Amino acid sequence: MSDGAATSPNDGLDGFEPVIGLEIHVQLSTATKMFCSCPLSFGEPPNTYTCPVCLGLPGSLPVVNARAIHFGLMIGLALECELAPRSSFHRKNYFYPDLPKGYQISQYDEPLCRGGRLGEVRIHRAHLEEDAAKLVHVGTSGRIHGSDVSVVDFNRGGTPLVEIVTEPDLHDPVRAREWLELLRTTLRQLGVSDVNMEEGSLRCDANVSIRLGGSVALGTKTELKNMNSFRFLERGIRAELARQAELLRAGEPVVQETLHFDPQTGKLSALRSKEEAHDYRYFPEPDLVPIQIDEDMVAAARAQLPELPAARVERYESEFGLTAASARHLAFRVELGAYFEAALAELARAGDGHGGVDAAPVQIDPAVAQQLANWISGELVRRLGEEDPADSRVAPAQLARLVALISQRAITAGAGRQVLDRMVQQGGDPEGIVETEGLGAIASGDEALAGVVAAAIEAHQGAAEKIKAGNAKAMGPIIGYVMRETKGRADGAEVSRLVRAQLGLEN
Amino acid sequence: MIDREQVLHVAQLARLELSEDELERMAHELSGVLDHIERIGELDLDEVAPTSHVVEVENALREDKPRPPLPREVALAAAPLVLQDGFAVPSPQA
Repeated sequence: MSDGAATSPNDGLDGFEPVIGLEIHVQLSTATKMFCSCPLSFGEPPNTYTCPVCLGLPGSLPVVNARAIHFGLMIGLALECELAPRSSFHRKNYFYPDLPKGYQISQYDEPLCRGGRLGEVRIHRAHLEEDAAKLVHVGTSGRIHGSDVSVVDFNRGGTPLVEIVTEPDLHDPVRAREWLELLRTTLRQLGVSDVNMEEGSLRCDANVSIRLGGSVALGTKTELKNMNSFRFLERGIRAELARQAELLRAGEPVVQETLHFDPQTGKLSALRSKEEAHDYRYFPEPDLVPIQIDEDMVAAARAQLPELPAARVERYESEFGLTAASARHLAFRVELGAYFEAALAELARAGDGHGGVDAAPVQIDPAVAQQLANWISGELVRRLGEEDPADSRVAPAQLARLVALISQRAITAGAGRQVLDRMVQQGGDPEGIVETEGLGAIASGDEALAGVVAAAIEAHQGAAEKIKAGNAKAMGPIIGYVMRETKGRADGAEVSRLVRAQLGLEN
Repeated sequence: MIDREQVLHVAQLARLELSEDELERMAHELSGVLDHIERIGELDLDEVAPTSHVVEVENALREDKPRPPLPREVALAAAPLVLQDGFAVPSPQA
């Protein structure tokens, strides 16, 4: 999706090619935890959502959440994965205070989903596991056995996670960010997660290495941990690529290690970890029986798949003739796409799509669809920011009629912007606002307009001389004068034609 | 034969502290266990699917329906030290 701009994200790498793979953890928005019936926590007071299972008390037994399997299958289908006919859980053993059992229940050699693809990136696998508890470092406010103290909150412990691992198919930091945005939108469409990076329901690690352009062998990779925003992901990868290129230029090797990106300083530091030894001694979880994925489970997951962003981009391009950038913008911001389609339906219903009311289904003129798309992604978003337009005062049908007024030249685009200002601030029908504000376009051949043009020329004699001398750009101040006088109701081309006519020039 | 270094490594992963005598004994006993497992390899098991579970049950799933969690004072009752409504532990970053 890079537009091939002049500055490539890989500038400064001296021809080294980045190779990037992502590991994404997604918290599922089930009602309960992965292996127990505790509700999921959203900032409740510490340790209020726990039970013997998620506290890891001896004698407690985990039971798999059926909806977590269901969501996992939906994700697998959306990512075009092969769904395992049989799946099982393993224990991943390590000691850390946020893991009360001394192991995390995860999946190993029988993950729920294997293979797959989203956009140009292949998916290696996707599996289910449980989230760890939250560990808060309280430092000097307390000491135990001479150590600083941390406090464990088990509310998050046991939250269902899907871990998605990509193949190393990304080759620049900007694409990595864009791809993660596509994944987020896809997961949001599925309704399986809140996918909020700042709140930690979407977390991303990146495996980064560089190699000489054209080389097939992979360089030594490092792992960048938990970059908690899309911007930091891009900046973290960029910083790590630069660091690796610097090392290789100096003839030094890249050491395989786990790194933490500090967005404040832009620096990367090695994570200190006493348990860096990746010796997890996986073995089958004896407390959980295997999962057989049958046809009914797959059918139930498939039945709940909505139209996904990648498919929606394609449909917007082929069905409505939108430009790629426009289609992507509307498809990736799900609420804008929904608004766009509601507005289009209104245009079609009203027969304003230049297709006539008799045609069924009404064909929307691509130019009108594009104009509507532009008004939504441009003017409307500029006024609403991140707000969902469905929650604004402007109904999709009203915006559709505004765009129709403009495309029929009943009002100018400039007047349309003023009408939209009023619609956003106070609500109301575009026709009513045009009427009360007197913003209707001045009809071609209007005597009054000719008078305003004459006054404009009078006020800008210098500009008029330049136009006569052949400088068409000098028209600006004169048109500006007319637009001010007419509150933007005059058609620019018409004004330009009148100016030339009054100066005795050919049109 | 499991050697001393391997025993130490496994003991470290399991957070076990072993005396010199225990180190010797564990090396010997673990070797015996592995020898026993190796004998299974002598059997012709081509037709037998790998077993990860001893009972023939599948899909023991639970409906996604919340149940009341423990009251916090019950959850924290066994904590050696409670701080800020949580389980206080020596910081792993220290």
